[in-house]
Amino acid sequence: MNLTNLFKIALKALGNNKFRGFLTMLGIIIGVAAVITMLAIGQGSKRSIQAQISEMGSNMIMIHPGGERRGGVRLSADDMETLKIEDLEDIGSQAGFVTYVSPAVNSSGQAIYGAHNTPTTVYGVNRDYLEIRRYRVEDGDVFSDRDIQTAAKVCLVGKSVVDELFPDGQNPIGKVIRFGSIPLRIVGVLESKGYNSMGMDQDDLIIAPYTTVQKRILAITHLQEIVCSALAEDYTEQAIEEITSILRDNHRLRPGDEDDFSIRSQQELSSMMTSTTDMMTVLLAAVAGISLLVGGIGIMNIMYVSVTERTREIGLRMSIGAKGRDILAQFLIESILISVTGGLIGVVLGIGAAFLVNILASYPIYIQPWSVILSFAVCTVTGVFFGWYPARKAAGLDPIEAIRYE
Amino acid sequence: MKEIIRLEDIRRDFTVGDETVHALRGVTFTITEGEFVTVMGSSGSGKSTLLNILGCLDTPTSGDYYLDGVPVRTMDKNRRATLRNRKIGFVFQSYNLLPKTTAVENVELPLMYNPSCSARQRREKAVAALEAVGLGDRLMHKSNQMSGGQMQRVAIARALVNDPAVILADEATGNLDTRTSYEVLVLFQQLHAQGRTIIFVTHNPDIARYSSRNITLRDGRVTGDVRNHDILDAARTLASLPVEED
Ligand SMILES: Nc1ncnc2c1ncn2[C@@H]1O[C@H](COP(=O)(O)OP(=O)(O)O)[C@@H](O)[C@H]1O
Ligand SMILES: [Mg+2]
Repeated sequence: MNLTNLFKIALKALGNNKFRGFLTMLGIIIGVAAVITMLAIGQGSKRSIQAQISEMGSNMIMIHPGGERRGGVRLSADDMETLKIEDLEDIGSQAGFVTYVSPAVNSSGQAIYGAHNTPTTVYGVNRDYLEIRRYRVEDGDVFSDRDIQTAAKVCLVGKSVVDELFPDGQNPIGKVIRFGSIPLRIVGVLESKGYNSMGMDQDDLIIAPYTTVQKRILAITHLQEIVCSALAEDYTEQAIEEITSILRDNHRLRPGDEDDFSIRSQQELSSMMTSTTDMMTVLLAAVAGISLLVGGIGIMNIMYVSVTERTREIGLRMSIGAKGRDILAQFLIESILISVTGGLIGVVLGIGAAFLVNILASYPIYIQPWSVILSFAVCTVTGVFFGWYPARKAAGLDPIEAIRYE
Repeated sequence: MKEIIRLEDIRRDFTVGDETVHALRGVTFTITEGEFVTVMGSSGSGKSTLLNILGCLDTPTSGDYYLDGVPVRTMDKNRRATLRNRKIGFVFQSYNLLPKTTAVENVELPLMYNPSCSARQRREKAVAALEAVGLGDRLMHKSNQMSGGQMQRVAIARALVNDPAVILADEATGNLDTRTSYEVLVLFQQLHAQGRTIIFVTHNPDIARYSSRNITLRDGRVTGDVRNHDILDAARTLASLPVEED
C-alpha cells in the first residue's frame, strides 16, 4: 500500500533495536568488505601481470632450436644448432602474419669501462629486436644494417649497465667499453623498462649486432633463438602456423617427423598467467561469497527471532488494519534495510581495506566498478531472500492469536 | 436511529481435535448509533469470540453480520483489514502499545495504514485524540514512561483516531485498580455522551450500571438484553471513592 509509511514503520522498528541491527549488519559488512577487497586484490594482480606482459610485447613469438623437451630430457647437441640465418630471412619474407623478426644470440660476461665493471648479458640481434621487445632508444641511435653486415664493434646499453659503468654521470655515447676482451663502442642508451613480472631487471643488458656476437664473442654460425612479433596478439596462432611450415620446409622435415624447433608465444604465457590469477580471483571471491552467505543467514536468524518476539505487535498492527502484505512488506523492508546498509558500509570498508593492502603491502589492487555493483546487488537479494521466510511467517500470523501471544 | 451493528443468528464453532466447541450458538441483536453496550457473561461464555467477530478479526461459521450496513461475512481478509482500519477502534485489556514509542506515534498507528491520510493530518488527528482523553500534555511520553491508566487512555485515543463507527473494548479495565478503572469509565461515558457507539466486554457487573444497555451471554447464547434507564455517573462515583493514600 503506502510504501513511505511502511518505510517509516520499518525504520522505527529498526531504530528501537539499534545494537541488534548493527550486529546483524556486521555479517553483511564483513562479507561485502571481504568480497570487494578480495576481488580488488585478484584483479589487481591480474592487471599488473597483463600490463607487464604487454610491456614485454604481448604479440612476441620465440623460436628455439630443438624439439619439445620431454620430461626434462634435452635432446642431442646437433638439434641445438638447427636455426640458421636463412630461416630468419624466410620468415621475414614469407610469413604474412609476422611483422618483425630478429635473431638472438647471447653471452653472459663482464662489461668493463675503466676501473668499473659489471656482470651482464650481451644480446646479439638486429634492429627489429627493439620493436619486438619494445625497447626505445633514449639517447643516441641504433646500429645500422651496415654495422650488422660488417659485424661492427658497436652496442646499445641499458640503464643499469650505464649506472654501473658510468657512476659519475658521464655521457656514455661514443665511449668504448669492453665485453670480455671485445671492445664495443656505445652508440645509444636504452630507455629504462624496469623490472618484469618475473622480477628480472630489463635494463641490465647490452645489445649488439648479432653478427658481432656470433663471430667475435661466441664464434658460432647458428642462431640460439629467433624472436618475432605477430601482426597483433590475436594473430599469434596464424603466425605460429606459418612459421612452423616455413621451418619444416627449410629443415626438410617429412610429414610425421618431429619438429626440430619449438615455438613459444607471449600470448600463451600471458593466458597461462592470467588464468592463474583468474582462478585466484575466483577462489578469493568464493571464500568472500561464503562469508556473505553466512551474513545472510545471520539476517534470517535475527528476523526470525524478531518475528517471534514481536508477535503481539504484529497482532496489534493487524487488528488496527494492517494487511498481511503490509506486515510482509514491513519485515522485508527491515531485512533489506539491514542488508543494504550493511552492504554500503561493507563497500566503503572493502575499498578502504583494499587501499590499505595497496599502501602497506604495496600489492597491486584494482577496484572494478562491477564488483562493487555486484556485491551491492547480492546484498539486496540476500536481504530479500533471507528476509522472505521470516516475513512470510509474520504475515501469516492469525491476529487473534498473535495479540494474545505471551 | 441509525443501525450500526446487526447480527443474525451468528454461530461460531471451533474444532479442537475431533471435538467441536460451540462458542456461539445463534446470537442475534442490533445496536444503533450512540449506544453504550456492556456485554457480560462468565468466563468461557463466548464474549471474546463475539467481540472478535464484531471486530472483523474472525468470521462466523454461519449467520450474517452487517457493520454500518456492510455485510462482513462474505468479505476476504484484506477487505476486512481495511474495514477494521476505517470503522473499528479496539481497546485491549493489556493496552498493546508499541514499546519505546511515544504516545502520539502510538495513536498515529492506525492512520499509517490509511494511504489517504497525510502525515500532517495524521499528526493533527493524533494530537486531537490524545487531547480528548486528557493526555494533551503527554504527547511525547514513551509507553514505558506511563502508568497503566495513562497507557489505557493512549490506547483509547488510538481507538478514536480513525473516527470509528464503533469502539470495541475487551476487559478494558481488567488490568487497572478501582480508581483508575473509574477514570477510564468516565472517559467512556464522555465518549458516549459525544454520541459514540461503544461495546464494552466485561465480567464486572458494576460496570453494566454505567452503560445504556447490557447484553448477557451464557454458553454462547444471549440470555439477557436490557436497557438501562438509570445510568450512573462514573465521575460521581469516582469523586465518592475514598482517596488512596500513596
Ligand atoms: N481458537 C479457539 N479454538 C478453540 N476453542 C476456542 C477458541 N477460542 C475460544 N474457544 C472456546 O470458545 C469458548 C468461548 O471462548 P471465549 O469467547 O474466549 O470466552 P470468554 O471470552 O467469554 O471467556 C470457550 O469454550 C473457549 O474454549
Ligand atoms: Mg475473554
